[in-house]
Amino acid sequence: MAPEGVGGLTLRGMTKRFGSLVANDSIDLDIIPGRIHCLLGENGAGKSTLMNVLYGLLPADEGTVSIDGEVQHFRDSRDAIDAGIGMVHQHFMLINVFTVAENIVLGREPGKFGYLDMASARKSVRVLSERYHLEVNPDAVVGDLPVGVQQRVEILKALTNDAKYLIFDEPTAVLTPQETDELMGIMRALRDEGHAIVFITHKLHEVREVADDITVIRRGKVVGKAEPGMSEAQLAEMMVGRSVSLTVAKDVATPGATVLSVKNLRVSDPSGAVVVNDVSFDVAAGEIVCVAGVQGNGQTELASSLLGLIPILSGKIELDGKDITKNNPHDSIYAGIGYVPEDRQRDGMVTSFTIAENLVLDRIDDYAKFGRIDLRGVVGKADALTEEFDIRTPSTALPGSSLSGGNQQKLVLARELSRPLKLLLASQPTRGVDVGAIEFLHNRIVAERDKGTAVLIISTELDEVENLADRIAVMYRGQVVGIVPPDTGRDVIGLMMAGMTYEDAQVSCGVRPAAANVAAIDEGQEA
Amino acid sequence: MSPIIDGKFPKSTDVVDELLPVSGPVEAAGSEVEASAAAAAAVESVSASLEHAESAEDRSHRLSVATLMLLVSALLFFMATKARGTAVFALSDESDSVVLPRFSVPAVPTVIVCAVICIIAAAGLFLKAPPKVRVALNVLAGLALLVGFLSWAAGDRAFPFYITAQLNGSLALAVPLIFGALGGLIGERSGVVNVAVEAQFLSGAFAAALVGTMVKNAIQAPCKLMADAMAASECMADAAPWAISAAMAASMVMGLLMAALLALFTVKYLVDQVVMGVVMNLFATGLTGYLYQQFVNSDRETYNFVPTMSRISVPGLSEIPFIGPILFQQKPLTYIAFGCVVLVWFLLFRTKWGLRVRSVGEHPEAAETVGINVRATRWQAVLVGGLFAGLGGSYFIVMATGQFVRDISSGLGFVAIATFIMGRWRPGLSLLMALFFGFVSQLTIQMQSLNTGLDGAFLSMLPYVATVVAVAGLVGRVVAPAADGTNYVK
Ligand SMILES: Nc1ncnc2c1ncn2[C@@H]1O[C@H](COP(=O)(O)OP(=O)(O)O)[C@@H](O)[C@H]1O
Ligand SMILES: [Mg+2]
Repeated sequence: MAPEGVGGLTLRGMTKRFGSLVANDSIDLDIIPGRIHCLLGENGAGKSTLMNVLYGLLPADEGTVSIDGEVQHFRDSRDAIDAGIGMVHQHFMLINVFTVAENIVLGREPGKFGYLDMASARKSVRVLSERYHLEVNPDAVVGDLPVGVQQRVEILKALTNDAKYLIFDEPTAVLTPQETDELMGIMRALRDEGHAIVFITHKLHEVREVADDITVIRRGKVVGKAEPGMSEAQLAEMMVGRSVSLTVAKDVATPGATVLSVKNLRVSDPSGAVVVNDVSFDVAAGEIVCVAGVQGNGQTELASSLLGLIPILSGKIELDGKDITKNNPHDSIYAGIGYVPEDRQRDGMVTSFTIAENLVLDRIDDYAKFGRIDLRGVVGKADALTEEFDIRTPSTALPGSSLSGGNQQKLVLARELSRPLKLLLASQPTRGVDVGAIEFLHNRIVAERDKGTAVLIISTELDEVENLADRIAVMYRGQVVGIVPPDTGRDVIGLMMAGMTYEDAQVSCGVRPAAANVAAIDEGQEA
Repeated sequence: MSPIIDGKFPKSTDVVDELLPVSGPVEAAGSEVEASAAAAAAVESVSASLEHAESAEDRSHRLSVATLMLLVSALLFFMATKARGTAVFALSDESDSVVLPRFSVPAVPTVIVCAVICIIAAAGLFLKAPPKVRVALNVLAGLALLVGFLSWAAGDRAFPFYITAQLNGSLALAVPLIFGALGGLIGERSGVVNVAVEAQFLSGAFAAALVGTMVKNAIQAPCKLMADAMAASECMADAAPWAISAAMAASMVMGLLMAALLALFTVKYLVDQVVMGVVMNLFATGLTGYLYQQFVNSDRETYNFVPTMSRISVPGLSEIPFIGPILFQQKPLTYIAFGCVVLVWFLLFRTKWGLRVRSVGEHPEAAETVGINVRATRWQAVLVGGLFAGLGGSYFIVMATGQFVRDISSGLGFVAIATFIMGRWRPGLSLLMALFFGFVSQLTIQMQSLNTGLDGAFLSMLPYVATVVAVAGLVGRVVAPAADGTNYVK
């Protein structure tokens, strides 16, 4: 029974429980061909769970899924795929050592008598990639590809069956702004061709850009539908349940003495490629320097080498005038560097440890007497920090893995800010975090600056860079192409991120007259 | 669905291999869209043309290999002081259809030259020779070690060093390792670590001995009643192929049962894979040892006396000088082993099943999202692997004495594991590694017959030392299937 006479995918009363936790509480959803349906909700609201149930990966506790009025029973994702559902997962479901073609045909390989016909697999990938104008090289090994291209592979994989219903679960969390624009274009085109699209994100401008329908989910329940015309502030309020400020209120920086000084730094990755090449810059007390750049231009290695996680090839790093080039991470922490790594789950915490243990992980010596840990002290400290940083958890005795992404990030920042710092070094501090948490994290970072700490942020989000930076260093192919003021236009920074110098970028964007004209004007003035 | 009108979809960014010229199209751009296209193009080319520096890992690997070469050359110089007379090498056996000439070299100068070559190779590495030259230097140093060692060993001896016999024997000795490695690597490709190859060898060998003997006796029973002595002995001899085949089949069944045990506890009950493997090894050693002691050993004729394989000369091919006696005068199981390498390669890399096996070994969650049953696939892979590992067990019976003894595989199951790890979980490369081990093993056998004065126990240690050196020094870092060793919980 298709409601209101429309075909499509209908979810009715979907309920999914994990033990006592109700991840989805009687959710209704209509997914209609030719429309992009945005699911909006904080981290942990239950969006991925709902989609995993729909895709046959998790069994539902209650509720029905029907397509064009017919009730479906998916035993596994094979059934869902056969029913015309395709899914691009939040965490890529690609096999890194396989080629693009192998990844795309996996599970429905061409060939007779069990023989794997790679020639026709390659051919069908080429056809598919041409049909949707998603360019991929069928023979490229997936692990060697940039994230944006990997995503294209994921989309093609979802489209192999001519899937009518496409689910995109936070596809933009790992993408650069350019790749995001490209993805939005693809989604629009797919919609216009008659596909139904479910798009999950918590980036509000993306929602406003492409959504035809918006459903907001909070704590497993649908709290309402929103109109695409609503402002970002209104959407944010619906999603979080309180009003949220989307820009950071901060005063002009009052930089003090130089705290971090990097001179001619060169670093290679494990394969020997020089990914940080002759980088020099300073960060002063009380200022925030943002390193902007497309992912993979050496930012990760820059951050790791500053903390002493990976050896450098040459160059010099000074903290407060002291040479820390040869420091190991332990020295760096005790010298007063706070570090928020890019991948909070892998490098920022031990997910199987409790929240309390994670909160004192870096200073466990301070809580130990003769090798015995003062548990009461640890728990006291942890309770104070969870309170101060609004880490949402029933108890600090739960494992770190029980926290949602935004709260994990708050935990890492709380730990790092809980001791006196000279320098705060944060990579992608708000990646994959919802607006409520972003607001909080940004405010804490600015507060740390105002305490007189030097702050170095590495970010691929231009929004974040614009919000936080007092100075912006743009990295391209391992080099800093320029350090520019925070009011520099997005288009200029965009061009610099592609390797253009500040001056050339300004000329291209018409912010500054071309060099020849400048000379002419100068001459004219002299004459 | 209607084909899409061109231009309806935004063109995805082309892969640009070269750096975008800064003064090129980008400068003319100005609009944000084109700027972003340029940025996206830039990132795809980032890794393509970066400057390269030697990473810390490569450096330490290079230096340790060079140091190893220096140690080898020191060893050779020491050998030079002990070497005497001339070393004679024979390219063929006296019994071969075409007898090739022998050649001889003066021992002392040859050993010294080899030592010097090792020093040169080491110097090349210390001085950062380019990668291709380095490979050549590695090979050169390896050959120098071999030639130097042989010249010392064969110098002034009563017999020449038979090169064909050395190589022919290497192939035969590689057989159990080939089977064990194939069995192990199929399972591991699906994500199930198999340290129980030794258990599969032992139980396979035991079953081969028992079943082979019983089948032989059953067939020969009527022969004993024959009056005519000629016909009786012919009848007895006819039993051999059947007994051997039955032995091989029994070993495969046993390997399969052992594999089922491994899969049951790891894939179904999620027991730690390594722990389970270790337990199985202890179990198989204990069980076969006990049964051997209590029953089998008491009555060999009834339980433990299988005919052994004889060599098969491939018509025509075995007549080829030098190559023929090495490759084409082997026992059937050797030919089967080589065939299995191709078979396993085909299974893993040319069939749908192989792709699925590899996918569950790399990223089981991803396999699940395309509807692949992870547990079923792992079961299949472990079982198929069991067939090969079990067959490896029959080697110790049908290609050796025809009798089971306690711990008959003497730890070769563990060497088989090293073999496929060095072989990077690939059938072809694992074959090479198995041949390497077979070569060194055969060498120690030849040494014993040359009477070099080296202690027999010391010599039998050599293959293992060579393996350790190869694993640690020369092979370098290997990357296992990503999900190898992790149980899949849905
Ligand atoms: N397999 C699971 N077992 C237990 N709890 C889970 C599982 N998957 C998700 N959850 C919990 O369900 C809730 C919803 O998670 P999820 O659907 O991933 O949220 P979203 O995608 O909206 O960020 C979270 O509290 C999460 O911790
Ligand atoms: Mg999610």
